[in-house]
This record gives sequence, C-alpha cells and structure tokens, in this order.
Amino acid sequence: MNVRSRRSFLHVASATGLVAVAGPVVTMRAAQAADGKAAFEAKTTADAMKALGIAPAESKDVYLKAPDIAENGAEVPLEISSNVPGTQSIAVFIDRNPFPFVASFDVSKGALPFVALRVKMSETSNVRAVAVAGGKAFAATKEVKVTIGGCGA
Amino acid sequence: MNEPIRIRATLQGDVADVRVRMAHPMETGLRKDADGRLVPIHYIRTFIARLNGTVVFEAQTSQAISRNPVFGFKLTGAKAGDKLAVTWQDSRGGSRTDEVLIGGS
Repeated sequence: MNVRSRRSFLHVASATGLVAVAGPVVTMRAAQAADGKAAFEAKTTADAMKALGIAPAESKDVYLKAPDIAENGAEVPLEISSNVPGTQSIAVFIDRNPFPFVASFDVSKGALPFVALRVKMSETSNVRAVAVAGGKAFAATKEVKVTIGGCGA
Repeated sequence: MNEPIRIRATLQGDVADVRVRMAHPMETGLRKDADGRLVPIHYIRTFIARLNGTVVFEAQTSQAISRNPVFGFKLTGAKAGDKLAVTWQDSRGGSRTDEVLIGGS
C-alpha cells in the first residue's frame, strides 16, 4: 500500500518534471507523504524513523531546549533550532509515548530552522529533535522527567 | 472550534517572529470522561502558514501536541503590511483559517 502510493506520487511527480528539477528534496517529501501515516502510527521511535526513512546521528548543531523536570506532562514546552546548513525539516519524537512521532515541520519554504511547541508526555522519556538536511538527519536528545503523566490530557 | 486562531507576529529586521494559538481539544483517544468512557480521538493533523498567499511553513502534527496548541516559528523575508494566514485541519475534517497583517496597526 505504501509502496503503491509512493510509486503513484513519483509517477505524477516525474510526469510534471518535479523529480528532474529537485531530485533529493522531492524524494524525501515523497517518502514523507507516503509514510507519514505509518510513522504517526508507529509504536516505537525506531519504527517511526524507519517509516520516515531517516537514521539520525547525534549532532551539536541541533539544539533542543526542554525542561529537566516537567511537573505536568500534559504541557511540556520544547524549543528546537538547527545550525545544520540547508535544514529542510524538523521532527520531534518522544520515545516512551504510546505513539512516539509527535510532529514534523517543513521549514524549507521561507522559515528559519526553528520551532517552538508544547507536547504531551505520558511518562519520563528521552525527547529527540531531528533536523533533516539534504536527505541526512541529525538529532539532539534530552531526557525529560515527568512527575504527572499527560496521557489522560 | 469557532474560536479564532490567535496570531502574533513581531518583526525583527526581515524576520517575523510568529506565535500562534489554536483552540482545539486535541483528544488522544486514550482519555476517559467522567463516566469512564473513552473520549474519541480528535486532533489537529496539519497546519500551514501563508505569507501573502504563499506557503512558508507547514506542519504535520499528532495527538501528542498539547490541548489548545501553541506554536512558535520564524519567517524570513517578511515586512510590515504582509498578510500572514494560518490554516489548521483536524482528524475529523474540521478546519479553520485566520489572518493578520504583520506590524499592521
């Protein structure tokens, strides 16, 4: 099913000449379009990343600002920025949430590689911020201790 | 659902520092109501920011975003008087668009 929809996307994309013009970017976006659903439904960060086709390396060029301790897991503020040249998108994962893939932000069309958001955390977990640039992924990871889980929020 | 998206944009040079707040329950499908019944899943799936009609920022989101989502992002090449529009779409086909003029008084 995924392979099929990706193929049809590529078929349309190549028919309109998009692939020829902007190769790797479109390929990445095709992967996201086809596998976004699978990634959001994945029960582990590893499976979600696999569905998105990324295998991030830890990098000091990705910054993740998150509290050491979150008293209320229903509202944990995160701030992410990237110094990786050519950052196209920023994704967020929370390992121990029921569905670890939280969100993905496309910053390639006129935004700086920065995003601030508030997330729910069901329990103490590693939070991963991933910057994707030129088909490669870079991550910053931080553990956030949660006093009261936000699953029921 | 009828509550407008609150959009605040502050210009710093040609970068617009944007903060948006969308009124939405962001139900995870895991929460139980007072009678112990699961509240059905209902969450914002995507939102898009357009500057003068052109898409400049796009997000795919899950139910793990907090209730009444607040996002911050920074747009380049913005100037006073530009029209900034934000649109969200949720998992039940609901949607809402609101707009502001940057630096407009």
